[in-house]
Amino acid sequence: MSQFNFVSDLQNALIMDGETRGPAPRWKKKLEASLNGSVNTTRSVLSVSYNTSFSGVQAPTKTPGKSSDAKTKKNATTPTKTPGGGDRFIPNRAATNFELAHFLVNKDSGDKSDEDQEQQPTSSNENNVQASAHKGERQKLIAEVAQVGESSKSGRILCYQNKAPAAPESHTNPLKVVYSLKTPISTKSGSRYIPTTSERILDAPDFINDYYLNLMDWSGDNIVAVALGNCVYLWNAASGNIEQLTEYEEGDYACALSWIQEGQILAIGNSSGAVELWDCSKVKRLRVMDGHSARVGSLAWNSYLVSSGSRDGTIIHHDVRSREHKIGSLNGHAQEVCGLKWSTDFKYLASGGNDNLVNVWSLAGNGVGTATDPLHKFNEHQAAVRALAWCPWQPNTLASGGGTADRCIKFWNVCNGSLIKSVDSKSQVCSLLFSRHYKELISAHGFANNQLTIWKYPSMVKQADLTGHTSRVLQMAMSPDGSTVISAGADETLRLWNCFAPDPMAAKKVSNVNSNAKKSVFRQSIR
Amino acid sequence: MSTAQATKNCITLKGSAQIIVEYLKYGINSILFQRGIYPAENFDNTQQYGLTILMSKDPKITTFLQNVLKQTEEWLSKNMINKISMVITNAHTKEVLECWDFKMQAELGDGDSDGKDPSKQTSSKQLSRIQNEIRDVMRQISATVSYLPLLDCICTFDVMIHTLQNTEIPAQWDETGAVFIQNAQAVQLRSFSTGLHKVDTVVNYKMSS
Repeated sequence: MSQFNFVSDLQNALIMDGETRGPAPRWKKKLEASLNGSVNTTRSVLSVSYNTSFSGVQAPTKTPGKSSDAKTKKNATTPTKTPGGGDRFIPNRAATNFELAHFLVNKDSGDKSDEDQEQQPTSSNENNVQASAHKGERQKLIAEVAQVGESSKSGRILCYQNKAPAAPESHTNPLKVVYSLKTPISTKSGSRYIPTTSERILDAPDFINDYYLNLMDWSGDNIVAVALGNCVYLWNAASGNIEQLTEYEEGDYACALSWIQEGQILAIGNSSGAVELWDCSKVKRLRVMDGHSARVGSLAWNSYLVSSGSRDGTIIHHDVRSREHKIGSLNGHAQEVCGLKWSTDFKYLASGGNDNLVNVWSLAGNGVGTATDPLHKFNEHQAAVRALAWCPWQPNTLASGGGTADRCIKFWNVCNGSLIKSVDSKSQVCSLLFSRHYKELISAHGFANNQLTIWKYPSMVKQADLTGHTSRVLQMAMSPDGSTVISAGADETLRLWNCFAPDPMAAKKVSNVNSNAKKSVFRQSIR
Repeated sequence: MSTAQATKNCITLKGSAQIIVEYLKYGINSILFQRGIYPAENFDNTQQYGLTILMSKDPKITTFLQNVLKQTEEWLSKNMINKISMVITNAHTKEVLECWDFKMQAELGDGDSDGKDPSKQTSSKQLSRIQNEIRDVMRQISATVSYLPLLDCICTFDVMIHTLQNTEIPAQWDETGAVFIQNAQAVQLRSFSTGLHKVDTVVNYKMSS
């Protein structure tokens, strides 16, 4: 646009002024017009002609008498002082819009130093033209970028002489893993065989690709509940039957699904902020519990208590038995709560939010709900925390995983609030699960490999990478027998991985011990 | 007693400058870490604004920042700064890759000074509220990783202070030219205000073609 204005301005100036003086003074008249004719006509001597032929224009524009000694001196030194390689600038002629840049500089800033530079007696050399044009473009760009008329605020730009050092030559940006497609996957063979391909793939059309929602859960009755678009489906893992539980009206959708420990009852957090309880054997909604002002993206059960975390930053404990279901509200997060887990012994509740915090809440004195102030506030993650898991064999150990800006899996001792270990997973962590059969942990990741990774705990040695998803893995759930993991990816598939199948030898041993114990009634009674 | 109460929540221009310089210190260090400019092992955890912020422990960087920020605080307390730019350049080609602008706007404050002497202006804004605002900006800074392009080269940084025209150049300081980024894209983050200064944080980065 400004270019067109400029051209039309130019033409106006030329028409109004009837004199014919050849090509050189055209800019002069233009300048006079734009500067109300009050400006010294020798001012922009170096301004570039419209046909960009430098040598032709500069000849008549010298004003040797103009610059004083001091001025010349100053100008001579100015460019060399420019840090950041100002003096080593290699101009790209093709990209440099010389005349426009120069015009703009002269028009609105009246930049003194530019002017001075042009008035140098030696100004006919081409370097200066380039320098001023370059500077002009620079200022224009900066003004554009800053979106304010900053060029008019003439001021000084100062910097300290002793510069900060550059990074060591051996340094490579650790963020490379976030951008690189070629992040190497090391498939370290562990002590046991882990199938690295999925056992089964289910289609999950319209699975919502939202980091802040928890859209899948696997019940104790071996039923997988999954929300696809605005519907909730139940998939019976034993028989393979699919049933539609409910369909929300256009615009509404389920944001969190969580089965009660015993199975049968499914809690659904919806986009309007209510928590619904469904009896899935009868496909019937039992009750609706409101309390949140925004969508409920996370749910966690503790026997008759369901805790819900919402986009409004609060966590509410609902007692599903009583009429006054709301028995506590926790205000520990400033932003959306996207991860919520009760510990395996139900003494602690862990919550993770978009404010990069992990809060741990201890059980209230009366045993119902939790204290309203967090026991621990862990703020070491540098991104939203959605992945939370409690260690089944160390009830005080919490694992948490951060989003893209963080990429770390951290382990916390919630007894004393200390960080046990932190491991850089090199990718967004969307979900974490501990195995019940092995001292292992599985994490679900996003870019670049969209893999599931099995780690040995506590050494955190990588056991296997399970690849197959073509987009980030948003959610994981474990089968009731603990042998299979189901993962839901943003590629709209659910994949089943038989990665924690108990070792047949070990299983045999356990069953032998069990059968022995059952045989001896005497031994049982002694215990 | 009454005077003690009156001055309780009172931020002077000097105090406001202190708050901003503190923000700059944590902000610049956080950028250095989050953008991966220096090796991660050269950073230490610090707790500030209820966040974990990683601070460089390279003595050269810390002294550089100390010197720059000391002078910045002096100028800020006289309202002589328009803008502070943290410029990230390629250490070899000197190409400017990224520029973080911290724009300063003087505000009048709400203290009951006569309004004539700017050095006596005060603001009664709660420090905790200011720090909460700063925390939100700091969070946004660490979230920028998700959209800023990778700085895949050895980089260095510099801090440029855009002052008023009549500012005297102190010893060991130089005047310099403005920097520009080719094919630049700008993202404005949240702002915060101390009541006497409003600080806008803008990141300008080079679009990868």
